[in-house]
Amino acid sequence: MATIATITAALVLVFFYAPLDSDQGFVQKIFYIHVPLAIVSLCGFVFGGLLAIGHLRTGDRSWDMRSYVAIHMSLIFGIAALVAGLIWAKASWGHWWVWDDPTLVSFLIVLLLFATYQPLRFSIEDPERQARYASAFAIVAAAFVPLNFIAVRLAQGFVHPRVLTLTGGNLPGSMRLTFLVSLAGIALLFAALWKYELAAKNARIQLRRLRRELLGEDAVRPLRRSAAPS
Amino acid sequence: MILFAAAALPLHSAGKYVAGAYIVFVVMLLVYLTIMSIRTSRTERELAELREELALRRRQVSEPESQTEPEREAVGSK
Repeated sequence: MATIATITAALVLVFFYAPLDSDQGFVQKIFYIHVPLAIVSLCGFVFGGLLAIGHLRTGDRSWDMRSYVAIHMSLIFGIAALVAGLIWAKASWGHWWVWDDPTLVSFLIVLLLFATYQPLRFSIEDPERQARYASAFAIVAAAFVPLNFIAVRLAQGFVHPRVLTLTGGNLPGSMRLTFLVSLAGIALLFAALWKYELAAKNARIQLRRLRRELLGEDAVRPLRRSAAPS
Repeated sequence: MILFAAAALPLHSAGKYVAGAYIVFVVMLLVYLTIMSIRTSRTERELAELREELALRRRQVSEPESQTEPEREAVGSK
């Protein structure tokens, strides 16, 4: 409910409260969906890595499930951010993609890195080994995210504008408020979908266990090879 | 409300790009939710099957018991 309310408030602020950008005009409205999606996606990858640490520390497979779902959600949000960014680039720079821009390329690298997470899981048949290797990968890849971010910030030549900085940036108050509400909405959406997918996957696992306990091993179809934790 | 007010928005040449970016996100969200709802309904269906199977087993267990009761009474009266 909080997610729906925040996203509705964000859309109202984006289209009826935030002023038009003097430089880009109406097309700058993409900023309020593209940047929050990218930020939440990157934070989700780091979150997935932290959850993977929980798995390696405790050996509890539920942490692996949490990490898997976080990375899965982050990939979806990341692809949405990338597509929104492509559209904005076309409208603003006249090109769908600019290879010279470190922000764009680094985000693509992070996305492609995490895109290999699912094939990695799928390639390992033994569930225990799959969970262990996937957690190790998630931790290393998550550590790459802040390193990548710092490297991009240190880069000199970039096409992306720097509107968010530690000293406050150069966003006017109304735009900043709109951006923060959008960011909160997307973050809440991520949290809600993460919990939803986690609950759905856990329900499926519990159902399978219940069926096995009550009806015997023959009543349960053998699991097909899967990237998802079982 | 946003749909009704859309006519008042400055949807000139940039409008299609802005609409495209937001529509892509909404479409991706809808696809995800559709896939998840299909999976959830499959889980619900399997849960219902499991309940039916359990109810059937309970009936099968209780039926032989009820059949043996008169026999026990007959033995007791002798």
